[in-house]
Amino acid sequence: MNKVLSESGRREKADQTFGILTGPTVGFAALLLIWQILALRISGFPGPGPTFDAAAELFSDPFHAGGPGDQGIGWYVLTSLISAVVGVLLAALVGIPAGFAFGRFALLDSICAPVIRILRPVSPLAWLPLGLLVFQAAQFATLWVIVICSVWPISVNTAHGVKGVPLDYLNVARVLRLSEWKVFRSILFPFVLPYLLSGIRLSVGTAWLVVIAVEMFAGESGLGFWLWDQWNKQHVAHVLIGIFVIGVTGFLLDACLLASARRYWHDEA
Amino acid sequence: MEKFIRIESVSHVFTRGKTQVEALRDINLSIRQGEFVSLIGHSGSGKSTLLNLVAGLTLPTGGVVLCGGREVDGPGPERAVVFQNHALLPWLTCFENVHLAVERVFGSREKKSQLQERTRAALALAGLSHAEHKLPREMTPGMRQAAGIARALATEPKVLLMDEPFSVLDGRTRVHLQDELLRIIATTGTTVVMATHDADEALILSDRIVMLSNGPGATLGRILDVNLERPRDRLALINHSRYLAHRATILRFLLGPQDPTQAKVAPASNLPLEDVNSH
Repeated sequence: MNKVLSESGRREKADQTFGILTGPTVGFAALLLIWQILALRISGFPGPGPTFDAAAELFSDPFHAGGPGDQGIGWYVLTSLISAVVGVLLAALVGIPAGFAFGRFALLDSICAPVIRILRPVSPLAWLPLGLLVFQAAQFATLWVIVICSVWPISVNTAHGVKGVPLDYLNVARVLRLSEWKVFRSILFPFVLPYLLSGIRLSVGTAWLVVIAVEMFAGESGLGFWLWDQWNKQHVAHVLIGIFVIGVTGFLLDACLLASARRYWHDEA
Repeated sequence: MEKFIRIESVSHVFTRGKTQVEALRDINLSIRQGEFVSLIGHSGSGKSTLLNLVAGLTLPTGGVVLCGGREVDGPGPERAVVFQNHALLPWLTCFENVHLAVERVFGSREKKSQLQERTRAALALAGLSHAEHKLPREMTPGMRQAAGIARALATEPKVLLMDEPFSVLDGRTRVHLQDELLRIIATTGTTVVMATHDADEALILSDRIVMLSNGPGATLGRILDVNLERPRDRLALINHSRYLAHRATILRFLLGPQDPTQAKVAPASNLPLEDVNSH
């Protein structure tokens, strides 16, 4: 508690002296400077200037549709986003009920927890060959990998929430003899929701990391594929732009999810 | 008067892994309808356990609890519980928390408007009409506890079971809420069993005070009939001889040695040897 207070206190102090935007401005200016120095030292490494020119051209028509291999970057971003979101939704479809079941039934938890503990640390890309074998198509194999790596945080977080439901709340339900459905709707679900949402936030973060990597490997589409394709064509400026786009998109995704998760946090009174 | 709650040779043993802890041993107690009984004892004296047994949240490992002539085999809304820490659901407003209980108990028989009316009435009784749209975190501890009591009473229970309901409150709020409670149950005639460790609280509220010896294996100590006229005026009672005598009895029980064998053995074993020899 004290640590949190002093941390936020320090932050407030920093904001007072610098203003809210000063920190980020200094940070990005430093990044640009380092970038420029690297560009001057390494041949073939484009500096900020040429990269911004390339970006301006690239983003002048982001949804350009000129047939295969001649598409705007917006389409690639959209493809990757859709893969990540659909993958996480499918994982939620499996992971949420599984999480509730693990949390509620200790026996099931004791059976599945050891298996999950082994499978969870497996690098998502290791699942790609199996996906290709089973689904025979890169697109579905990509989804498969995203689902696999997203399902762990969702189910584990949900189960954690279910296990943490205060005994008092359940006793209220017992005294009132609430139906199982009512217990779920009025007590279990509202209590677990923030845990569940933070699980989803974690898995969207992972899914975004993973989708880019998988598209580089198996890709016929998506931002990862585009980035690797640009590397093959030696458009290093575009590779740098790709990195920036991936970062900004990931940041925005996380910010949206954080904002929506905040609405459902319940403070114990 | 008829014995409404009957606790007959009840004992309870908790099993945690391989160890067994005997919380209560051979408890016999009868409570009349409309009576206010306090269970007083230190923490660990099993008063919460005894309360949970009457609530049906825990089933006794020995003996039987009867309520209204029927064996208690589980919890039910006719035996409402006010939890020590209010146990309001934090995502529901004050109104919704009470309504959840009202809806469950009367929902099958009454119309929506009647259910809302009941909820409002319960909140009004607890002095919470102004706060019905507040979430628990927006309320003071006193208001939250009042809402917990309103939720319990809104179902028109036969028995109100309260586990140290006032212990988290500051003095002024506590007195206010105790007076509210007395006023409410005077109109409803609800039987109340309250666990507490506060002698004054027990004396102001109760008809009888049941003293529980220290656990493990807590048994009933004395049962004190509080023959003080109602309504009880706190200020007038400060110098009331019977009040003071009762208070002394309770404190002597709580603070003094309880088990005669322990009382003799304990001090002797604590004495340094040379002290014993010098006499």
